[in-house]
Amino acid sequence: MSTITEAKHSLPTGTWNVDPVHSQIGFAVEYVVGTFRGSFSPLDAKLAVGEDGTTKLVGSVPVAGVRVQDENLSAHLQSPEFFDAERTPDISFSATEVRRSGDEIAIAGDLTIKGTTHPIEANGTITDPADDPYGGVRFGLKLETTIDRTQFGLNWNNPLPNGKPSLANDVKLAAELYLVKE
Amino acid sequence: MKVLGISGSLRGGSHNTKLLRAAAEFLPPYVEFELWDGLKAVPPYDEDDDIDPAPAAVAHLRAAIAGADAVLFATPEYNSSIPGQLKNALDWASRPIATNVLRNKPVVVVGASAGAFGAVWAQGELRKVLTAIGARVVDAEVAVGHADERFSDDGALADEDLRDQLRETVDMLVEETHLRVAAAA
Repeated sequence: MSTITEAKHSLPTGTWNVDPVHSQIGFAVEYVVGTFRGSFSPLDAKLAVGEDGTTKLVGSVPVAGVRVQDENLSAHLQSPEFFDAERTPDISFSATEVRRSGDEIAIAGDLTIKGTTHPIEANGTITDPADDPYGGVRFGLKLETTIDRTQFGLNWNNPLPNGKPSLANDVKLAAELYLVKE
Repeated sequence: MKVLGISGSLRGGSHNTKLLRAAAEFLPPYVEFELWDGLKAVPPYDEDDDIDPAPAAVAHLRAAIAGADAVLFATPEYNSSIPGQLKNALDWASRPIATNVLRNKPVVVVGASAGAFGAVWAQGELRKVLTAIGARVVDAEVAVGHADERFSDDGALADEDLRDQLRETVDMLVEETHLRVAAAA
């Protein structure tokens, strides 16, 4: 006898807060001859899903929480010529549409970096809620998207000897979210 | 609010030092202006000497910048770039990199030269250096060319158009500084 499982199309109902210890936003950007990676944390995010399926997801992360492997690079990233952490201390996101089909998910929304907002769409996967070792219930979201950093005023570059830019404009973002039921 | 003036020129009759004094005239009355006079005493940068306590002239420079809310630079142009001693002083000021006294500090660059172009290339170089150091570089330029003919005997900037540009530039620096001071309050 075969079992037919209907694909889920909505998120788990309830209010869910991001677990800041295990969640992060990773970034990857081509630099000179390879891929440079880092991350932002701690995340602050809240997801609210009503019984009728209405979904609200907002999140932010401090620019000062950029994680790279050198304090001088971190300081450069926070300086006025890069993220300008003093004047625009947070990167934020607010979802406008969430579509789910089984364990696949797409989230559209407005991303704000350095005070500039642009619509983005991120795609990824979602897990079912599970009991965690801390007495709570949580589910996972993995989301990826690619943005053009220059759209957000992140224009820093340093030309290579051949005249080409050392840092690419396209930046891959990968969010790993653990969402814990309130 | 306090603004520090740093001239890249050392000589007594410097056009750039005159330009700083002329710029200071446009600061609002509540702003204290200090013309830094320690450039000549700054030793050549040597990482072996970049220890605590710093050389006295360097400590003075760092304290002067740290104690100011904004810095107004005036630079001459030597061989299409900034004077070596100014760059040397900035190299000292830029250390330690992550926490240096110029980080996020509103700064603006103006310049004067005896030639026609008013040190525009040196100004560009200085903006590049200050940006790399992490300062908040105000997007303005005042190029005083033929500087021999632009100042009256009492040191005032005699050209009305240049005076207007200088006033506007000083206003932009003060506005940026207000934004920073207000945000920190």
